[in-house]
Amino acid sequence: MSALEVTLRALSALAAFLVLPLVVGQAEHKVMAHMQGRLGPMYAGGFHGWAQLVADGVKFAQKEDIVPRAADRGVFRLAPAVALVPYLVALAVLPVHPGVAAVDVPGSVLVVLAATAVGALGTLMAGWSSANKYSLIGGLRAAAQLVSYELPIVLAVASVAIAGGSLSLMALADAWTPWWLLWQLPGAVVFLVAGVAELQRPPFDMPIADAELVMGAWTEYTGLRFAFFLLAEYAGIVVVSVLFAVLWLGGWQGPFDDTLGWLWTLLKAFGVAIVVVWVRVSWPRLREDQLQRLAWLWLVPLGLLQLLLTGVGVVSGW
Amino acid sequence: MTGPRVPGVLKGLATTARTALRPAHTSEYPDVPPDLPPRSRGVIALLEENCTSCMLCARECPDWCIHIDSHKETVPAPAPGGRERQRNVLDRFAIDFSLCMYCGICIEVCPFDALFWSPQFEYAETDIRDLLHEKERLGGWMASVPAPPALDERAAPPAEETAASRPARGGPRGGAGRTPPARPPRTVRPRVVESEDPS
Repeated sequence: MSALEVTLRALSALAAFLVLPLVVGQAEHKVMAHMQGRLGPMYAGGFHGWAQLVADGVKFAQKEDIVPRAADRGVFRLAPAVALVPYLVALAVLPVHPGVAAVDVPGSVLVVLAATAVGALGTLMAGWSSANKYSLIGGLRAAAQLVSYELPIVLAVASVAIAGGSLSLMALADAWTPWWLLWQLPGAVVFLVAGVAELQRPPFDMPIADAELVMGAWTEYTGLRFAFFLLAEYAGIVVVSVLFAVLWLGGWQGPFDDTLGWLWTLLKAFGVAIVVVWVRVSWPRLREDQLQRLAWLWLVPLGLLQLLLTGVGVVSGW
Repeated sequence: MTGPRVPGVLKGLATTARTALRPAHTSEYPDVPPDLPPRSRGVIALLEENCTSCMLCARECPDWCIHIDSHKETVPAPAPGGRERQRNVLDRFAIDFSLCMYCGICIEVCPFDALFWSPQFEYAETDIRDLLHEKERLGGWMASVPAPPALDERAAPPAEETAASRPARGGPRGGAGRTPPARPPRTVRPRVVESEDPS
């Protein structure tokens, strides 16, 4: 791989990382607004407020960067990067087209899972270093949530890996058949629920819970660092959506997939992202104990059941 | 735990989806003018020619927000040997919209139809003192006064029209029925004329 190719791949991953979360964010603005009988942003950029998030970014960049006096400065300043960069890494290994990913590694499933798990660490660091009780409670809730929901995610993804017989996302998407829609359905539900919980998005936003914790671990953040947390949240939606589309919806499989495969992947992922937004608008926040109960009493057993089902299916050659 | 709750959860999804497919309630006000109901009370407009400076509006105003200044002018006699007349000339007519509570009593009480409701409402100011509007500004709002709403079907004719269609005083009225009216009424209102006829 020449230096030019490496640069091009890195730049394209970075471009996707900067554009796709904004697309999802704008879609969330508009979809949420219309689900609430509003219009959402209409002015920024002229056409239906398409540049609203760009304007928000400019606003965040102009704001003062404040570090509380009692904060652990180093950790406090590092936390947004820890939250943001893992999603860039995850996005780089996600395939969008037959044979097309910014970085094609053999064990890409493991890379994505490991990277997204690190992302939640940023929230914990932010909560710990802010010297604020709300931040601390938020951070600890985030840690508890991360521990609970990492397991169902791994179980669900492991099931698909067994079904496809590979740890490479590319091979798994190629091995996908429509039969998986039914066969892997419990795992898909488990992954989607646990994925939304992992992103700490409503209805699983107990660590943020703005009504009781101000803004959870993000309370003390201002300006660009706060914007990085927001960007990390939307990048997280992109990663979870693309991962779901690749593993459970067949990624690029569809008509004309040798030319339009990337479009199919992105469309399926966008549909999943809309569902994530839809769920946010429709459902109230789960209480902390309900949140843990859902993970341990429903998702983990369901994930194990799926694993069993997949094992039986693979051995008996469905 | 999820058992009985599932239908409610699905109902929530359906509700938001249905709302998303319907037109939004947002009114894009500065870009799209609002659809105001008839008889909106936006601002009070002044038709200066009709004002006789009688001060009724200023006296009836509950919070005294109408300021009127006038002086008398002598009008020369219309015919030689006649008497000179005096009439009021309006110098100042101002409404302080920082005090006005939009009750509309001044409009109701004006005997000469000099005050009107206008639906115009975009006259916000950054300084409360700038809300005292003089007669030039009040007169400018006359252009935005809507035509009076049409009468209901089979409604009685308005009092003004009845009065205008009545024959002039001093005409041949005494022998009602025996002599026809000297001239037809100015406004043709059959009902009014018939009441004078014995047939």
